[in-house]
Amino acid sequence: MNDQLLSVILTIITASTPLLLAAIGELVVERSGVLNLGVEGMMAVGAVSGFGAALMTGNPYVGVFAALAAGAVLSLLFGFLTLTMVSNQVATGLALTLLGLGAAGLMGESFVGQPGIHLERLHIPGLSEVPLIGPILFGQDFLVYLSLIIVAAVSYVLFRTKAGLIIRAVGDSQQSAHALGYSVVGVRYLCVMFGGACSGLAGGYLSLAYTPQWVENMTAGRGWIALALVVFSSWLPWRIVAGAYLFGTITVMGFSLQAYGIGIPSQLLSALPYIVTILVLVVISGNRALMRANTPACLGQPFVPDR
Amino acid sequence: MDYLLEALHVTKVFGTLKANDGVTLKVKPGEIHAFLGENGAGKSTLVKMIYGALQPTSGEFRWMGKAVTIPSPAAARKLGIGMVFQHFSLFEALTVAENIALAMPGAFDMKKLSGRIARVSRDYGLPLEPTAVVADLSVGERQRIEIVRCLLQEPKLLIMDEPTAVLTPQEADQLFITLARLASEGCAVIYISHRLEEVKRLCHNATILRHGKVVANVDPTRETAASLAKLMVGGDIHVVKSAREDQRGATRLKLDRLRLSADGPFAVELRNVSLDVKAGEVVAIAGVAGNGQSELFDAVSGERSLAQAAMLLIDGKPMGHDGVNARRNAGAAFVPEERLGHGAVPAFTLSQNVVLTRHSSDGALVKSGMVSSGGASGVSQRVIKDYDVRKGKPDPEARSLSGGNLQKFVVGRELDRRPGVLVINQPTWGVDAGASATIRQAIVDLARQGSAVLVISQDLDEIFEIADRIAVISRGQLSEAYPASDLTPEKIGLLMAGAHERKEMAHAARA
Repeated sequence: MNDQLLSVILTIITASTPLLLAAIGELVVERSGVLNLGVEGMMAVGAVSGFGAALMTGNPYVGVFAALAAGAVLSLLFGFLTLTMVSNQVATGLALTLLGLGAAGLMGESFVGQPGIHLERLHIPGLSEVPLIGPILFGQDFLVYLSLIIVAAVSYVLFRTKAGLIIRAVGDSQQSAHALGYSVVGVRYLCVMFGGACSGLAGGYLSLAYTPQWVENMTAGRGWIALALVVFSSWLPWRIVAGAYLFGTITVMGFSLQAYGIGIPSQLLSALPYIVTILVLVVISGNRALMRANTPACLGQPFVPDR
Repeated sequence: MDYLLEALHVTKVFGTLKANDGVTLKVKPGEIHAFLGENGAGKSTLVKMIYGALQPTSGEFRWMGKAVTIPSPAAARKLGIGMVFQHFSLFEALTVAENIALAMPGAFDMKKLSGRIARVSRDYGLPLEPTAVVADLSVGERQRIEIVRCLLQEPKLLIMDEPTAVLTPQEADQLFITLARLASEGCAVIYISHRLEEVKRLCHNATILRHGKVVANVDPTRETAASLAKLMVGGDIHVVKSAREDQRGATRLKLDRLRLSADGPFAVELRNVSLDVKAGEVVAIAGVAGNGQSELFDAVSGERSLAQAAMLLIDGKPMGHDGVNARRNAGAAFVPEERLGHGAVPAFTLSQNVVLTRHSSDGALVKSGMVSSGGASGVSQRVIKDYDVRKGKPDPEARSLSGGNLQKFVVGRELDRRPGVLVINQPTWGVDAGASATIRQAIVDLARQGSAVLVISQDLDEIFEIADRIAVISRGQLSEAYPASDLTPEKIGLLMAGAHERKEMAHAARA
């Protein structure tokens, strides 16, 4: 029984981490007032780049770095189009998803079916062997710990430092931030790239830790769930952790219930995370007071400084 | 004589428009220097260049005798130039201290900063709570943040763009004391205002701009308000004639204990608003922005439906559940505050905009679902002629008109219907003196012909010029409507401040 419980919990953690990574990055992007709907595409490119780099070098850490860099580079394209060329953020984000998925499929053609390199898990002699708690707390791969460190860092930076204050200011009123002499576009570029790097990392996690292989469309809509999580969290970093683990649990529950042979159609189970996403969004959006108080007021608005 | 700031032959060109044309200006330390001019005369453009937010096309600035370029607001602040904007550059979701921290150079120490904020706000009589979130504050309090933000940087020159437009008379008095004290300490102030009486009272020097050029530099204490206005406009201003008549007819618009819940965290709840507007009279609602004016307008115009139909009666008919069109068909007309985007669709032509508000009340415009373009352009040409709307093309897009001309069109479009009830929010907001006079005269004339007119305005001069009775709105509650002759700006100011603000001021005085 303990073994079963343990394996379920471990699966939940691996299922939740990519959602957490992608969502915390997008949270920073949205806090600065930019809506990047291309998370799914950046994840896909991150996944294939990470897998490929790890395969070629035999080193999963090179793969992690490649995933991060690929996501950041793709987000730079998004930044150039929406911030410098001032294109529509929604349309550009959707295009980025399509581009990312297509590019990833093309890049990964030769990787299909190849065995991947697995990101190893932490092992602390003694501690990692404590029943139940040991493997959960001390037996994860480093990205699980990193994802939580990123959340703590984002929360600290956003609410305790001047840099974070500037990010929130740019997202709240781009005109005022410009009037005070801050570079709205510059701040947003940095935030967009941070978001891209996190999305790439999330993709890399999928192809290096979650299922160490490359399959086309292996992101399977996780980018969209990450976007929903940002709204779910009402733009507060620690709520992202709660949201990501809730959705991770729902995803794993689907598999587990099937394994126990409970008579629910598998299609319904695999649709569960998306149904819950919609329900959560409806409930949260219904509370307009809650939504408006935390929503970055300039979210999705293009900015052109007058000269 | 040593000048603190000199602007020499400064020109700024936007496309084909010369916003500033060879402007020369000299400001001495410790001087309160007024900039006067109509809307679009180039005052804001000039101060934005001084503050580094815009770059001049040609000309030069000198700071304490040395030629300087001011490439950014940060550079301006470094020189010792602070600015309080007309539209505040505040962040609503952030706290007072965070807003101020954003404008301060260097390290980030909230505790130390909060202490400095408390000290400066106490020294200058500008009470502020550092941890309050801006969205919850009144306009007067927001302005205090802007001022404290500037003062913390120990400026040598403070620029104020229409600071009193949003204040109660008492808040304005407090501001004048603060400014006089700053000037006595050697800080120069550039003061932009439309209110000539206050310029006469406060300022040592006045530079008057017209169409981007300096037309005069005078000592305002030696001028009259009328002579200053004449310099600004370049001619005499038409005075509104409102032969006050006591013969009032039946009640045409009645609000009966109207209630409306707030629809967001920053909105105001209306509580038991009651008011009668009779045929033949103009009733004005005074108040500081954000006290429920826009909610009241939405409730009366039908943009938001009311809980009970009998809360709003038009010519005795309960219409609280009816939408905007039904109310229009009952003889009412509405002019919202924001002309571009709310009063008119920016990308539509004027004749298309005519159709948008009159399609159901004016049978000639739409026939069996088809728009009669002839009918629409007929109405729009008539409005353009009657209300002297100046434009380029015969039927231009709404956004191509200047603010004052579009406002004349938007008001004229409704007045042209001869509505029995007119509700108008901020009829001359951001409109220059000439166009304002035209609009106010038209409003008064409509009432004298037997319509009931309700004007919501923050401009007390305007209210006293046209209103027969005046009510004051404060925190969603409406005072009784008093005859205009019984009120003074001071009495209105006390009503505006409401009970809450008085408590707060008493608290601040004790601290």
